[in-house]
Amino acid sequence: MSADTRRGGSRMRLRGLVRKEFLQIVRDPSSIAIAFLMPIFLLLLFGYGVSLDSEHIPLALVVEQPNADTASFTAAFKQSRYFNPVAYADTREAEQALMAGRVNAIVVLRQDFSRQLRQADGAPIQLIVNGVDANTARIISGYVEGAWEKWLEHAALQRGQKLDVPVQMEQREWFNSELRSRNFLVPGLVAIIMTLIGALLTAMVMSREWERGTMEALLVTPLSMSEVILGKLIPYFILGMGGLVLAVSMALFLFEVPLRGSLWVLFATSALFLVTALGMGLLISTVARSQFVAGLVALIATFLPAFLLSGFIFDIGSMPGVVQAITHLIAARYYVAILQTVFLAGNVWSVILPNVLGLAVLASVFLGLTWRNARKRLE
Amino acid sequence: MPAADHMTAASPAANPPDQNALEVGGVSKTFHVGARQVQALQQVSFRVRHGVVTGLVGPDAAGKTTLLRLAAGLLVPDAGTITVLGMDATTQSLAVQGAIGYMPQRFGLYEDLTVQENLDLYADLQGVPELARGERYRELMHMAGLEPFTKRLAGQLSGGMKQKLGLACALVRQPSLLLLDEPTVGVDPLSRRELWEIVYRLVREQGTSVLLSTAYLDEAERCDEVVLLHEGRLLAQGTPAALRDTMRGRTYEIAATNIEKRALQYRIAQAPGVLDSLIQGDHIRVVMVDNSPPNLGILLPGVSGIEMAPVPPRFEDSFVALLKEKSGNEEISRAPLADKTLTDLTHADAGKPIIEVHNLQRRFGNFYAVKNVTFSVGKGEVFGLLGANGAGKSTTFRVLCGLLPPSGGTLRVAGADLRLAAAAARARIGYMSQKFSLYGNLSVVENLRFFANVYGASVYGLSGKQGTSRINWALEEFDLAPMAEYTSGDLSLGYKQRLALACALMHEPEILFLDEPTSGVDPLARREFWSRINALAERGVTVMVTTHFMEEAEYCDRLAIMAAGEILTMGTPASIKAQARSEELREPTMEDAFVGLIKAHEQQEAAA
Repeated sequence: MSADTRRGGSRMRLRGLVRKEFLQIVRDPSSIAIAFLMPIFLLLLFGYGVSLDSEHIPLALVVEQPNADTASFTAAFKQSRYFNPVAYADTREAEQALMAGRVNAIVVLRQDFSRQLRQADGAPIQLIVNGVDANTARIISGYVEGAWEKWLEHAALQRGQKLDVPVQMEQREWFNSELRSRNFLVPGLVAIIMTLIGALLTAMVMSREWERGTMEALLVTPLSMSEVILGKLIPYFILGMGGLVLAVSMALFLFEVPLRGSLWVLFATSALFLVTALGMGLLISTVARSQFVAGLVALIATFLPAFLLSGFIFDIGSMPGVVQAITHLIAARYYVAILQTVFLAGNVWSVILPNVLGLAVLASVFLGLTWRNARKRLE
Repeated sequence: MPAADHMTAASPAANPPDQNALEVGGVSKTFHVGARQVQALQQVSFRVRHGVVTGLVGPDAAGKTTLLRLAAGLLVPDAGTITVLGMDATTQSLAVQGAIGYMPQRFGLYEDLTVQENLDLYADLQGVPELARGERYRELMHMAGLEPFTKRLAGQLSGGMKQKLGLACALVRQPSLLLLDEPTVGVDPLSRRELWEIVYRLVREQGTSVLLSTAYLDEAERCDEVVLLHEGRLLAQGTPAALRDTMRGRTYEIAATNIEKRALQYRIAQAPGVLDSLIQGDHIRVVMVDNSPPNLGILLPGVSGIEMAPVPPRFEDSFVALLKEKSGNEEISRAPLADKTLTDLTHADAGKPIIEVHNLQRRFGNFYAVKNVTFSVGKGEVFGLLGANGAGKSTTFRVLCGLLPPSGGTLRVAGADLRLAAAAARARIGYMSQKFSLYGNLSVVENLRFFANVYGASVYGLSGKQGTSRINWALEEFDLAPMAEYTSGDLSLGYKQRLALACALMHEPEILFLDEPTSGVDPLARREFWSRINALAERGVTVMVTTHFMEEAEYCDRLAIMAAGEILTMGTPASIKAQARSEELREPTMEDAFVGLIKAHEQQEAAA
């Protein structure tokens, strides 16, 4: 066999493998489910079902001695979209409501509210917050403080005097000015979906070939191992890009997430991440030869980290140092950073480029290891 | 990339006459399974000649698959060399793979691809030029009889069709050497015959060299040459005739009119000078240790009405002789179970129907796994269900054991209607499944204790004391005491089979269901197993057994031959064989009878 016919044969062999893979994808409901139904389900779940915003927090209001001042203050709460205030007659009753979980916090306006208000170091209101969920508790106390300051300012203005506050804080949210959690969850989800297709699905279909004994037959053909690897890379790359188009369309048109960067940057970086994910999937399949093991390993080594350690939901900056260090090994971390930047901020190269570099390093490590470990042997 | 994957300049040359298709020289191979080492092959050397069919024959765990994988370049030997068509299988594996055809045990088919798509894939992978394909496909599909099915998914083919498609895929680019790993396992005898015809046509018309592995000893006789393997060692190599001839003058058939066949077999097995004895329908086949004629007075003292006639030797005789030589001819036939705790069921209503099945049906969706099956089994009878994979044997069994509800028909087992009182019936049956249902990571004694407990604690009322005595009985009776603390997963197949049988007998069942109990074990272990079964039957235990070994069917009192969920015929082994008798075929085998029945059935189906 000359080198030339070998190359021609290579094209034929690859074509055969890719065609076979697509026929299998089309006929196997579980591939379709992982590649298309799961993304849609996840997007709908996170787009509509899960919200990290705190709005309409149930709140108990206890006014011990109603007067004009208290009425004006409670009106401020009632207007706020953050709270759903419920009036309680006394503190005991409100505490019971807190215990029962009907309210998340209690605001008590004491009898001497008006007097305290006019004293220099007065503390006219008491705030009790359910601290079980520390995050929500912080948000609530922040909101109540904000509402209190706003009301003080407002009241002072009405009385025609200037309030004596040394520093005025003016908050302004950039990039996600409406503070919609959907706007950063949905781009992050794209990373999860690509991990599913690239790593989980690919590891499982590869191990399926071992499990069903078809790999043994494939290996005893003139296929080289690089052709076997390419024969899986190409179809699942195309499938993954299809999943990307689906996810991005849903993000832009259904959830109306803004895309401030350019589409080509989004697709180019996504392609890089997909290759990294495929590398992980193929690397797993060189070790795991049953679908069960491959699925479990892929879930634990790729999917869960992409969920928890990528900054998709939990901010990496607030993780403990050790965990922060570990996130550098998680490919999704770089991709989530890129996605959130491209969607919400624009083509910020100073953010995109280092992350692209991180992805490129991981991709070459995974593919390199796959290359080294994959042997045309059964051992 | 490993160096071995690079293409080397060697080409699958025209076969030089002085060179062998395959040369195996001093090959050893060890696998590591957890902390254990399994020596799959030890110092094996043999040659496979060009243009003939060589059989790699041996029971499970003999090393057959390992050898074929080594030859295909899928494994690297620990020691020794393998030369395939003049190329080294380790360093030139890619070139070797370009020149051979290989069919793994499960045929290597993509079940979600159609017949045509499977062919296309392998044609692409093997680099068959587009122009040559049409002609080649037609030829292969015609040969495999798959022409009408090219658009069918491979997963929806029958076992025999899958096997032929697998073969077609391995042949899509004419290989010089064809390696087939147990190509005939679990397929019906007709398909087996067809496969052999295809293989011989290849050899005859295209000069292909073939190496195929098989656990069926009767298939060895169809090979031009055989390589006998046992536990990773080479036992013998030669033509089947030469191996058989060593047994000439040592084989006889004995029938007696006034002694029951199982008792007769037991007595013969104990007699001096007897190497092997088997129940064969209504007579006993005997192999002597040497070729001095046996003396009936010594063989069966005090038994009258004996007829003895010499019969031609078989390949299996020489295999058994070789194995026994190796193991020092230890006692394998045993006395009827010396079990004082087991009740003797013999005299209480012997022969009365204990299993009655009428018009049994079992449907899975639109598919009838069992349709209109009717039979009855008498107390103390050994009743066999013979058929290929997918014939409905296991489904029938599961229904009878109350594991699957029937879709239609009536059935009574041990006097209980299974639809109404499955638990009551189950207390009186023992079930040994194909895979032995042992807990691989428990020890032998723990497995026994577990099964005793299961029966004792919940269903069968084995109290603590009785349970302990049953465990002691099992350890002693099945020679398991020396390995009581061994992890059962580490036992050899023969011992696993013994343990599984012991577990199924813990609660002294009246009926024993054995689902393919001996597939894969060597002939000695199979004989030992059957001597135990015979002893149980002697004491009145009813035994139902499924098998696809034709030979095993001969051990049964009566049997039913099944195909596609139906019973084709039922009767004693002798009467079933007699159905196939004709002018050309004076002494038909069970396989001849089976093949005849399947052909007749297919013609009937086609006519309807």
